[in-house]
Amino acid sequence: MTDSKYFTTNKKGEIFELKAELNNEKKEKRKEAVKKVIAAMTVGKDVSSLFPDVVNCMQTDNLELKKLVYLYLMNYAKSQPDMAIMAVNSFVKDCEDPNPLIRALAVRTMGCIRVDKITEYLCEPLRKCLKDEDPYVRKTAAVCVAKLHDINAQMVEDQGFLDSLRDLIADSNPMVVANAVAALSEISESHPNSNLLDLNPQNINKLLTALNECTEWGQIFILDCLSNYNPKDEREAQSICERVTPRLSHANSAVVLSAVKVLMKFLELLPKDSDYYNTLLKKLSPPLVTLLSGEPEVQYVALRNINLIVQKRPEILKQEIKVFFVKYNDPIYVKLEKLDIMIRLASQANIAQVLAELKEYATEVDVDFVRKAVRAIGRCAIKVEQSAERCVSTLLDLIQTKVNYVVQEAIVVIRDIFRKYPNKYESIIATLCENLDSLDEPDARAAMIWIVGEYAERIDNADELLESFLEGFHDESTQVQLTLLTAIVKLFLKKPSETQELVQQVLSLATQDSDNPDLRDRGYIYWRLLSTDPVTAKEVVLSEKPLISEETDLIEPTLLDELICHIGSLASVYHKPPSAFVEGSHGVHRKHLPVQHSRSFEWAASLLLVSGPAAAMDQPHVIPSQGDLLGDLLNLDLGPPVNVPQISSMQMGAVDLLGGGLDSLVSLNTHILLLMKAKGLEISGTFSRRQGHMYMDMTFTNKALQHMTDFAVQFNKNSFGMIPTSPLPVHTPLMPSQTIEVSLPINTIGPVMKMDPLNNLQVAVKNNIDVFYFSVLIPLNIFFVEDGKMERQVFLATWKDIPNENELQYQIKECHLNADTVSGKLQGNNIFTIAKRNVEGQDMLYQSLKLTNGIWILAELRIQPGNPNYTLSLKCRAPEVSQYVYQTYDSVLKT
Amino acid sequence: MIGGLFIYNHKGEVLISRVYRDDIGGPLNGVMILLDAFRVNVIHARQQVRSPVTNIARTSFLHVKRSNIWLAAATKQNVNATMVFEFLYKMCDVMAAYFGKISEENVKNNFVLIYELLDEILDFGYPQNSETGALKTFITQQGIKSQTKEEQSQITSQVTGQIGWRREGIKYRRNELFLDVLESVNLLMSPQGQVLSAHVSGRVVMKSYLSGMPECKFGMNDKIVIDKQGKGGGSEDVAKSGKQSIAIDDCTFHQCVRLSKFDTERSISFIPPDGDYELMRYRTTKDIILPFRVIPLVREVGRTRLEVKVVIKSNFKSSLLAQKIEVRIPTPLTTSGVQLICMKGKAKYKASENAIVWKVKRMAGMKESQISAEIELLPTNDKKKWARPPISMNFEVPFAPSGLKVRYLKVFEPKLNYSDHDVIKWVRYIGRSGIYETRC
Repeated sequence: MTDSKYFTTNKKGEIFELKAELNNEKKEKRKEAVKKVIAAMTVGKDVSSLFPDVVNCMQTDNLELKKLVYLYLMNYAKSQPDMAIMAVNSFVKDCEDPNPLIRALAVRTMGCIRVDKITEYLCEPLRKCLKDEDPYVRKTAAVCVAKLHDINAQMVEDQGFLDSLRDLIADSNPMVVANAVAALSEISESHPNSNLLDLNPQNINKLLTALNECTEWGQIFILDCLSNYNPKDEREAQSICERVTPRLSHANSAVVLSAVKVLMKFLELLPKDSDYYNTLLKKLSPPLVTLLSGEPEVQYVALRNINLIVQKRPEILKQEIKVFFVKYNDPIYVKLEKLDIMIRLASQANIAQVLAELKEYATEVDVDFVRKAVRAIGRCAIKVEQSAERCVSTLLDLIQTKVNYVVQEAIVVIRDIFRKYPNKYESIIATLCENLDSLDEPDARAAMIWIVGEYAERIDNADELLESFLEGFHDESTQVQLTLLTAIVKLFLKKPSETQELVQQVLSLATQDSDNPDLRDRGYIYWRLLSTDPVTAKEVVLSEKPLISEETDLIEPTLLDELICHIGSLASVYHKPPSAFVEGSHGVHRKHLPVQHSRSFEWAASLLLVSGPAAAMDQPHVIPSQGDLLGDLLNLDLGPPVNVPQISSMQMGAVDLLGGGLDSLVSLNTHILLLMKAKGLEISGTFSRRQGHMYMDMTFTNKALQHMTDFAVQFNKNSFGMIPTSPLPVHTPLMPSQTIEVSLPINTIGPVMKMDPLNNLQVAVKNNIDVFYFSVLIPLNIFFVEDGKMERQVFLATWKDIPNENELQYQIKECHLNADTVSGKLQGNNIFTIAKRNVEGQDMLYQSLKLTNGIWILAELRIQPGNPNYTLSLKCRAPEVSQYVYQTYDSVLKT
Repeated sequence: MIGGLFIYNHKGEVLISRVYRDDIGGPLNGVMILLDAFRVNVIHARQQVRSPVTNIARTSFLHVKRSNIWLAAATKQNVNATMVFEFLYKMCDVMAAYFGKISEENVKNNFVLIYELLDEILDFGYPQNSETGALKTFITQQGIKSQTKEEQSQITSQVTGQIGWRREGIKYRRNELFLDVLESVNLLMSPQGQVLSAHVSGRVVMKSYLSGMPECKFGMNDKIVIDKQGKGGGSEDVAKSGKQSIAIDDCTFHQCVRLSKFDTERSISFIPPDGDYELMRYRTTKDIILPFRVIPLVREVGRTRLEVKVVIKSNFKSSLLAQKIEVRIPTPLTTSGVQLICMKGKAKYKASENAIVWKVKRMAGMKESQISAEIELLPTNDKKKWARPPISMNFEVPFAPSGLKVRYLKVFEPKLNYSDHDVIKWVRYIGRSGIYETRC
């Protein structure tokens, strides 16, 4: 018998005919009719008008017919709620049927009929079914609770079904346990704070036992649930991991990935130096590789997840780059993902192979893939310095192919390579220029223009080249217009004699003929800069640019951590948190990686050591009495205290307008101090003041063997109320033997506490390994504000006004500068010379400065010709700072 | 969880539509809109499918394709995507087990059955027991006749039980076991003959016709096991075969295998399903025997001619025979004519596939053969160079390229009176080419 004929009834009056057939005397006829109805329903015809007739067929002992009627009911009950009631009796009766398959069928279907009136009748049968002797009925009833909760959450709570569900976790049948876990997990998602699942060690133990016995799907429910548990200590974490690892050999890849999720989460809790930690890391790699021999769709999901895992724990797959080599027949979505991971795993050790592969890919057919391969070659050059030369020559080869989109992509990446390795590969510019005409994409045009502008002095016909772009200026995209403007200004500054006309032309195009405000603004800035002070203009426009960073496209660490908690799910495929694509209350609750609790004691201990002899090691109770100090430093939640927009160096590069150019004011005495060195982390640094803002410039060096992540910083209360205004800008993991420089913006709006010495600052830096404490003496000059120049009259009055006992005298020894150099140097540090007098051959400098907290300091500096020792008299209403001001004078003048 | 499951034909017409959750569109109308959305955006999309996961109208679709049939799961939640795909594969297996090939005709012919199955194996979007063995006991399309109470509880305990894949009371007059070691050997080789990547993915496929609830134990020349035993002093194994043990990179097992036992003792013990099943999959990358070596030589003579010479060398014992050998040499799109000379077998230029296909029925080990081709090209001014896809090869050899050997498969059934010796066992090794490519 075939059923396909039901799909072909297409006559008019079909409904009428069906109605007659449904009321036919013969059972077989009725069954045929119901099948036709279902077929019609499937293809989207409205057969809801047959509702009463179909429901009439429900009273049957033919199970097949009954299932068909139920299917119909589930679809249409909502549109005919009153009639749906007619079916209730039959359901209730079926729930008492001696055949467990029928009991289960009834309770399963009832839960799917989303009509309020029916749900009332559902409660009693459901209660019975939850305690049914047959496990098949119980496992169906467990899911039914979740269905009911979706319709009427309040009723489920009132009727005590949640408790019954919780009891089922201890059920003897593993499948009942698994379904109960699934139902509870779903319900608890809409109550994020209620401890519905009540995951305690006993329950966890039950789940782990059921894990060995239930179906593959049940194992997934249980593993997904386990991943939400936070073990109380590393012992518990390890024992759970031990019982989860066998799942890595399951044939079902979802079981494997869910097990990986549990292990990735619990790894956070294990001590990094333990043997078990390292064994576990080793165990994770083979199953991940095996996922890549599965069906393409699973490969895709696996690759998206591996992308996350590689960012979180690069060590797991660093040896496995070969499995990510693209096969000719891979679907395009697998190819693109593999390429991404190849770049992440590229290192000096494997770069030769990777490059050979990438070159191969660059000749493939799919445009997206080829572009990505070309981009990848550029990324390799930037990431692995040793390979840069080979990458550049590969890119040149590709440019020679003249395939349009390959050329364009190559030029974009070469621009980045120039940024990373300035003055190294400029010899290839000539080749690039040959392809100027074939560039039709804004990215590529902008890149080429940037290159021409940046190296204008080495390109003989730079003016012609840029001029050729100028013709269609208004048809270009904004990106190209901005770059062209900057490039021509650069050209002008480099070769002013021949290009005056050109620069006039572009400036007028940008400022007069454009209605794009960004373009106009930039045009005006250049115009004024060029017309007022060409020297400054040169310093601004042609300033040295910061290098671009190695890793790009990294997922922001907190998001990465959240996504690790969602391994295997859609969130991990989209690389977006669930809240970005799930509506309603589900999934809004954010997940976090567990935090190692046991560590907090060690932090406290090490802090006690730093904070002086008052706190002894064997007195843990002194922690509270240390009060604010400890409270502040231990509260290492370290959210961003103040929002200061961070401009990444990449963006700066693209604009390269004010980047660093105006920094010429700075020149503080920067003697770099080694601040801290422990557990493989070395921090050295200094403080500086640029454009009225204070920064703590630090260099982080990872001398350990593992990578470091999760950096954060906090200051203890201090005399000047210094606080960091943004989180520590270390976004990428710090690889072993890698060094990065960060600039932490600082503000003085924090809480104030007088320190001794006054300029002492206690700093805590946290990373994934530990919390580190150190203290540092701040050079006072970073607090000297720009408007510290007093009027002469005011200076005189104030000098007189301050009592003489506040005047302190110091000797600056062995200084061989003349008065003008001295005042120049000091001015660079915001110590302003108000007047200079020559009294009996001595130079007298009268100076003023102001601190961030508004304290004025007045100074008289006496310089005798031929005497290398200067006398400094300081007058201030708060004389305790004088000593530090003197130290600053001393150090400024001696550098 | 899964909100709805849909089956489409290649035209995008809906063959099966089962909605599990209201959130994916509410009553009928919403679902129809969603169904259309998938058709328009994925099935009818001009471009090649760029991802098996698509988000349309804030709904995620996860789809797989089997011949001309599309299976799509829709959801509004953050589902376990891997599970959904595994479920869709499983769904295909179950359907195939019931009515053979998944085609439009078969789906239409069995739509009532499919609805019944969907009702059983997916509840509120949660996959339930989907072992065909168990399902076939009570989803029969015959209606539940008059099962006795015992039969009923046997069914339910099997569906929910710890051994969901096997029912009790199976009896055979002859206890028999067939074990196939099926391997596919994958290779990517550079034109210079350097192995860029090579691995074997293998499967141990069984057919078991055993009475009762037998306890089985499977042993192979796994390096870890052999080394462990080797410490005991048994060097016989080493003497017997040249390559005594193999290093398995990773393996996965059918759910009947006790994983925790494998984890601790590395022994593979299980109660087998009845009939056909795949016991394990494994992957090896070390010391692979590459049955064939392909040596390509491509020479471009001017702009309109291409000379290709390909030599294949068989690299295994000369007493063994490889079969179904096929070498596929891609040709440029602009090919206008091909002249072929081959030493053995038959070769043909297939214009529709842009390839020369060279077939050799049989070839013994340690031999070599070659083909030469002269390809005429149409002159073009297309700047884009020919991408030169790799030369691929297919074959079948009667040994396991990984070197895997079955050491034993023991059967214990304490309750019935047959012993391990009474079971007739058949073991077979087949090595096939997976993706076996040489760049040229």
